Amino acid sequence: MGAGLLLVFLGLITNHEKFWSSWLLNGFYFTLIALSGTVFISIHTLANSGWHTAISKIPEAIIKFLPISAVIMLLLLLGTGNLYHWTHVEEGDTILLGKTSWLNLPFFIIRMILYFGLWIFFSYKLINISLKEEEEGGLEHHRNRIRYSAIFIVLFAITSSMASWDWIMSLDPHWYSTLFGWYIFSGLLVSGIAVITVLVIYLFKNGFMPWINENHFHDLGKYLFGFSIFWTYLWFSQFLLIWYSNIPEETVYYAPRMDNYPVLFYLILVLNFAIPFLVLMTRDAKRNIKYLVISCGSIIIGHWLNLYLLIAPSVFHEHVTIGFSEIGMALCFGGLFMFVVFRSLSGKILLPKNHPFLEETFHYTS
Amino acid sequence: MTHESPHREPLISGRKTYRQITQDICSPILGKPGKLWYIVISVTTLVFLYGLSMIIYTLWKGIGVWGLNKTVGWGWDITNFVWWIGIGHAGTFISAILLLFRQKWRTSVNRAAEAMTIFAVICAGLFPVIHMGRVWLCFYVFPYPNIRGPLWVNFNSPLLWDVFAISTYFLVSLLFWYVGLIPDLGTLRDKVASPLKRKVYSWLSFGWNGSAKHWERHESLCLILAGLATPLVLSVHSIVSMDFATSVIPGWHTTIFPPYFVSGAVFSGFAMVLTLMIITRKLMNLKDYITIGHIEAMNKVIILTGSIVGMAYLTELFMAWYSGVQYEQYVFMNRMQGPYAWAYWTMMTCNLGVPQLFWFKKIRRNVIATFIIAIFINIGMWFERFVIIVTSLSRDYLPSSWTYYKPTFVEVGIFLGTLGFFFTAFLLFTRFFPVIAISEIKNIMKSSGEYENRK
Repeated sequence: MGAGLLLVFLGLITNHEKFWSSWLLNGFYFTLIALSGTVFISIHTLANSGWHTAISKIPEAIIKFLPISAVIMLLLLLGTGNLYHWTHVEEGDTILLGKTSWLNLPFFIIRMILYFGLWIFFSYKLINISLKEEEEGGLEHHRNRIRYSAIFIVLFAITSSMASWDWIMSLDPHWYSTLFGWYIFSGLLVSGIAVITVLVIYLFKNGFMPWINENHFHDLGKYLFGFSIFWTYLWFSQFLLIWYSNIPEETVYYAPRMDNYPVLFYLILVLNFAIPFLVLMTRDAKRNIKYLVISCGSIIIGHWLNLYLLIAPSVFHEHVTIGFSEIGMALCFGGLFMFVVFRSLSGKILLPKNHPFLEETFHYTS
Repeated sequence: MTHESPHREPLISGRKTYRQITQDICSPILGKPGKLWYIVISVTTLVFLYGLSMIIYTLWKGIGVWGLNKTVGWGWDITNFVWWIGIGHAGTFISAILLLFRQKWRTSVNRAAEAMTIFAVICAGLFPVIHMGRVWLCFYVFPYPNIRGPLWVNFNSPLLWDVFAISTYFLVSLLFWYVGLIPDLGTLRDKVASPLKRKVYSWLSFGWNGSAKHWERHESLCLILAGLATPLVLSVHSIVSMDFATSVIPGWHTTIFPPYFVSGAVFSGFAMVLTLMIITRKLMNLKDYITIGHIEAMNKVIILTGSIVGMAYLTELFMAWYSGVQYEQYVFMNRMQGPYAWAYWTMMTCNLGVPQLFWFKKIRRNVIATFIIAIFINIGMWFERFVIIVTSLSRDYLPSSWTYYKPTFVEVGIFLGTLGFFFTAFLLFTRFFPVIAISEIKNIMKSSGEYENRK
């Protein structure tokens, strides 16, 4: 973390655009991962799931990073001029002028505050419900959890799409794709599950979660396998339809990515699709810690690179390599993330006592 | 060993034994159908025959008897095709994806939903074939060595992808349904009285004897088929959506189409499952197996997929404005205010508005309300495809060729005919095959039966 911090300052002094683009890359990446905790809990709550209770304290800990990522993303506002072309529209650019009622700085800031406000409110609500449930017991808390999860999922569906249009898609303000929000969401889901899986494995190995068994790993493995295919499906849908129709307004997005970053462009497909797909194909692999770690590592790095490929070609017109700035900041935020998560986990029993379906997670086969 | 939390609703109500389950589910097949069944099947068969005569009329006279014109080349035919294909998706979703997600409630509805899938795909497949006009040349679509030049077989065409997607889908669904039926056919073979029936069921059950070996093979085959069918749920309707989305036509070409069509398909499919199952459970006395809990679970799937569809509608609207492309903007203004505005607002009301009532638990658990809302969704999803297909075509890039499209009695007749076929087939199915998977429901009785669980 310290080394990362040093590199970050080095970056700030030398190159503004590079600094802010890596700030966005890492800030957004960790926002997605922190949010995935809330998504994980609310989806499983709404599906009346029981098996996930064995690990549900992990996503709850991940959420704790959300306020910090909010601060990081709000600091980004200092650098909007370097990143977002729409902050200084040239005259005669009728398309961008037509969008100013949406893409303008005050509204952009209001929206950002609104998104984080909603996400943090509901995330902490869910954490508090689970704390209360542990203390008091009874079914009322679980009913509350269902209620808040339902509201959160609806609001999240809307705000997560809007946030990805605002923060990432508007880097190319002329370009648009209706699928973009869902595509980012699928990345959130799979990289979040990868982080949760790695944390579960780490805690299990160190003896903090003795109740975890192969069935839990199997279920997480199925998620990794399934959702990495789902991400690829959305990636491919967007790519195929734009490639096939070959409309210049749309292909302008993929052209620099394929021309200037030919290796990275295909590498993300290998890391995010081929490796988890091939490694986790069999039942035994999904129940094996080693294979899970390989796939998680591949997905965690792959989605970071994917985000880099969404950001860098939009900010810089020529090819830019990943440098100290990006990696340093990733280490820095990553270190902070680990610190927050482990501080939140330390000294606690990592089971949601009094959860109505808790008992099920100890007796099931997947 | 699995443990079921006492806080969960039982999936089988009443005091049931294994024997009782077999009797409850087999009784319609062993007994004689009532008067009502005969009346209904006569009506649906008549409707089916009417549709058949309209198909023959079309083949005899040519596609000119339909309302299509130079501007609007796809009308009711392709609308019906997409609608029927979508309906099939609930069956595959229930049997494949819900199996992987260990949703036990699926066992009560999967058999009927899978049967529905097969009948719906048959109805769907009919439309592209007769739309070709010269049906006798329909083998042109298949890729085999031929001398017809570079145009056939055109692997670049999404229409060809459709041929593969749908035939694979039909095949896998049929296999899945039939494999699931085998143990139950064995049960029926042992129950029926007449020697002829016994012979037929015996032949159909492939000599099933219920040995451990048979069960083991049966279960691993089911799991493999579930694995194969899962990507199919996504791929089939994605490819159907690409029939539109690959074209450079405003309102058709948009990247959100594949997942949005899939979600819409599951949405409409569940509405149709509910439409059928609510009637079936009443007429066949299956309320202990298809409980209010089952209906609520399906309504939850409806609210989820329906809201995803609604989100897609709004995303498209926003992006049309945001794109700054005047054609995109016009298409949506035209949908909202143009000659087909009535269809657009019907779609919005039925798909985005009405299903939101399911947020209320009281409505989710009310059978009559569910039935009415399901009908609304069936209608709304038909209109969704109609709006997408017809509004975009009727006003294209060239204002001089703008036109209004109206179906003739022939197209309406063919559509009614497929409805007739669908219900006739379903009614026959209820008399010859168990509508609930007996073996699967017995499987969950220990963990989820009301009586067993409370012992």
